[in-house]
Amino acid sequence: MINNIPMLTVGALFVIGLYGVLFKRNIIKIAIAVSIIESSTNLFLIVLGYRTGGSIPVYTLAGEFKKMVLPTPQALTLTAIVIGLATTALLLTLIMLLYKHYGTLDVHEIRRLRG
Amino acid sequence: MKGPRVIFLIFFVIFVGILCQGLYNIHPYGEPRVSAMDDYFINNAQSERAANNVVTSIVFDYRGFDTLGEAAVLFTAVMSVAALFRKEE
Amino acid sequence: MRPLSIVVRTICNIFAWFVAIFGAYVILHGHLTPGGGFQGGAIVATFIALLLVAHGGKSFLGWVKKEIFSSFEGAGLVAFVCVGFLGLSTTFLYNFLALKGGLFGSAVPIGPNAGVLNSSGTIALANIAVGLEVVGGLSAILIFMFLGMRYVSEGGKEGVKDDK
Repeated sequence: MINNIPMLTVGALFVIGLYGVLFKRNIIKIAIAVSIIESSTNLFLIVLGYRTGGSIPVYTLAGEFKKMVLPTPQALTLTAIVIGLATTALLLTLIMLLYKHYGTLDVHEIRRLRG
Repeated sequence: MKGPRVIFLIFFVIFVGILCQGLYNIHPYGEPRVSAMDDYFINNAQSERAANNVVTSIVFDYRGFDTLGEAAVLFTAVMSVAALFRKEE
Repeated sequence: MRPLSIVVRTICNIFAWFVAIFGAYVILHGHLTPGGGFQGGAIVATFIALLLVAHGGKSFLGWVKKEIFSSFEGAGLVAFVCVGFLGLSTTFLYNFLALKGGLFGSAVPIGPNAGVLNSSGTIALANIAVGLEVVGGLSAILIFMFLGMRYVSEGGKEGVKDDK
């Protein structure tokens, strides 16, 4: 159980992010919570591919090593980070335009001021 | 606490329960169960593709189509930001 | 947005170029060391962000036009697709240059080694193309959001106070 602390960290990060998305009213805080969920997903992929005692999957000046960690989850994480960055930029752009249009960042106020 | 927030709370509790059950049953940290594909990449990236960096050989060669979609997503996001911040004439 | 103080600007003028050179190194050595097109592109975009914050938008946009970053982005994406199509005699994105000799074609010793820069075929070309695209894309996002910040604060509903 104590060896699984990285997995438990993934679960805790995901729960914190989900709590923020569901129960916070400030739309900036919701964007931060979405970023936390992204981080937990990236950490989950990296943790899935770890082998105890493994070195990074790069042969340049590697020295003596016994085994390498799995490279495919790392490649997928690379993809996920860039896509997360693009979606975060788009999210913040939409938040800026919402603030310009409504003059508030509260999601309940924005829903009440519809139209 | 009324309205949709009660429904949110119910689904939040159910989701956390399922997440705990999944984390309890996952494989131990540091010992992945299936690694045949990754071992193929590690053993053959140098002889097949002459690449020292196995991760880069996967991103740009073995799974290059994935990277093409990723580049398209980045392009679309930049175009969307530019279109949303256009000057209103 | 006003430029920052003379201390910040002087330090930025010296050290921003090291950031740019390090980003170019990470892009060009993507097939040898940890890194690649995406990471190196993000580092070079940090260089743009440093200049933009330290010198203010007016003088920065006087140095370069923002259309050049959009053209970088489009050129990078088109170059990546062209690298993919060049290998179409076998499959899309086939590595037609590796282990053939010539450009990026030399073999590497099996096992840990010191690295051969002229290796790995189309992986190096795709790294450069994607690096160009990420540099253009992230810089364009930064500049568009910088311009949009002024546009939002001028035209906000309640007239957001601009703290100079």
